[in-house]
Amino acid sequence: MKYQPPHALQPVSTHYCAGCGHGVAHRLICEVIDELGIRERVLAVAPVGCAVLAYDYWNFDVTEAAHGRAPAVATGMKRCNPDKLVFTYQGDGDLAAIGAGEIVNAANRGELISVFFINNANYGMTGGQMAPTTLLGQKTTTSPAGRVARREGWPMKVVEMLTQLDGVAFAARCALHTPKHIRDAKRAIHTAFVTQMQEAGFAIVELLAACPVGWGVTPIQAIELVEQQMIPVYPLGVFKQASSPVSLPS
Amino acid sequence: MAGNHALAEGAIQAGCDAYFGYPITPQNEIPEYMAARMPEEGRVFVQSESELAAISMVMGAAVTGKRAMTTSSSPGISLMQEGISYLCGCELPAVIANVVRGGPGLGNIAAAQSDYFQAVKGGGHGDYHLFVLAPASVQEMFDFAFWAFDLAFKYRNPVMILTDGLIGQMMEPLTIREPSWPRATPVSFDARDWALTGAAGRPPRSFKSLFLGDGVLEAHNAKLQAKYARAAATEVRYETVATEDAQLLLVAYGIMARVCRETVDRLRARGIKAGLLRPLTLWPFPTAWLAAHAAQFAHILVVELSCGQMVEDVQLAVQARTPVSFYGRAGGGIVTCQELTAVAIERLGIKETS
Ligand SMILES: Cc1ncc(C[n+]2csc(CCOP(=O)(O)OP(=O)(O)O)c2C)c(N)n1
Ligand code: SF4
Repeated sequence: MKYQPPHALQPVSTHYCAGCGHGVAHRLICEVIDELGIRERVLAVAPVGCAVLAYDYWNFDVTEAAHGRAPAVATGMKRCNPDKLVFTYQGDGDLAAIGAGEIVNAANRGELISVFFINNANYGMTGGQMAPTTLLGQKTTTSPAGRVARREGWPMKVVEMLTQLDGVAFAARCALHTPKHIRDAKRAIHTAFVTQMQEAGFAIVELLAACPVGWGVTPIQAIELVEQQMIPVYPLGVFKQASSPVSLPS
Repeated sequence: MAGNHALAEGAIQAGCDAYFGYPITPQNEIPEYMAARMPEEGRVFVQSESELAAISMVMGAAVTGKRAMTTSSSPGISLMQEGISYLCGCELPAVIANVVRGGPGLGNIAAAQSDYFQAVKGGGHGDYHLFVLAPASVQEMFDFAFWAFDLAFKYRNPVMILTDGLIGQMMEPLTIREPSWPRATPVSFDARDWALTGAAGRPPRSFKSLFLGDGVLEAHNAKLQAKYARAAATEVRYETVATEDAQLLLVAYGIMARVCRETVDRLRARGIKAGLLRPLTLWPFPTAWLAAHAAQFAHILVVELSCGQMVEDVQLAVQARTPVSFYGRAGGGIVTCQELTAVAIERLGIKETS
């Protein structure tokens, strides 16, 4: 079978490091957009983080947002353009730290947007600093002795938190490190868009992603770390699904 | 009608598609009015979770070509500086009103003009300018909303209406009709050839303020500066009162321009030839008028409800051709005509024997 990149993805090479989760996440989102036939209706918000240049890779309309404010920008876009499909793409520093207020309130208002949340347990772009999602004991450039709960708090479980809010219609956590996990992630991304198309409420998919460079390991080791260290702290699955049943692509 | 309501209704009549805001005194009448009126018009109203979010919601609406607006008062406007810098960097139209209150910090809720520097000099990061408009009546609160959307779309740049709690709360008669002056022309609100509308039948579009390539940001900044220079050459608006034969020039904007206008009459009644320059645009500033006329006055007195901010722009324009001095109050007190008349006489060095 010949490799066909999705039409929603620009035929360019990206700046992501080898083994980085961002490229896989981009591809899955773009495949789903193609399959749903919605490319011409999509308006996206790129984050401040390693994916800041996403507008150079995606073949649909994209705006930048200030660091963490993507859900507020998406709110303005969607409220003014209810016929469009609006999504944000955000890292864990962007969404869980500086943008915590925006994501919680957009979710609580039940904004009809889809959020793709890349949890790579650190700040990739600025050089591997600690994020709210950094694991206990994980060494980063700003937790050089390893994250200690009493000093730096605990890994933040975003999807579990947002699941409590009535505005949230779909919340899932997936991973991107094996073909099986990638298939599950694609299904969740699909449901997140369908949730928006059905106007059922706010949808978020957290994607556990490798950041070999930020973690200071090889791509192979990074895959093992996702499986052995991240998943036990961040359990996978669909946490909430309030939208009507959807038929998944086979 | 009250000034804040006039501004809100003016924005609606000017075609505002979406309003986003967070409560803060003394401008709560605006979001409250919008919460009722915008849905009536089938338009968008969202109470945001913060001013950081409000200005980002404005940006989200603006990237899709909509006429978007937010309002706040000083502490809230400080939070909006992040988004304002992005709006300028991305060249997006937006209208922001600051119903200024006393500062710094939480200050108080009395009328003030102490956010002039923040509005005019760029309170956020980077080399940018906002258009800054200073209404002085309830009617102008209404009229300037039209002008603000004109400028925002003509130059694709945010516009700030800089007013204060007194004008915001003040009741005056209002004529509701489309104003003919001051306006900016030509302007098109048709955003289809630049906005994010979905990449149907055209290549994708994006808005960004990140320019990493060699020399690209420099070129972008040069483009912005050329736009600001064009605007400065065409959009300055001001009013003069009795300046032709004046020895003393008062310079004031907004609420203080009203007090100064009355002071001009009082001074003239006492045989002192006073006049007033009232900038309607604080950016761009009537620098050229001041430079051309400064030499004719014996003294220029700048009056503000601050510790002295606009006075620096007057000094820059006058270039020491004429003595410039400042009088103001900051923190809640209003400068009265009586007070100002005495100050003017003292600054002119006139010994009165009454
Ligand atoms: C207001 C502001 N503060 C800080 C930064 C610097 N900064 C850029 S990206 C980033 C963190 C990004 O980390 P994350 O969201 O986890 O995304 P990743 O790079 O890991 O994909 C920070 C702190 C900024 N651009 N703006
Ligand atoms: S630093 Fe990490 S998140 Fe950023 S591109 Fe490299 S691997 Fe990806």
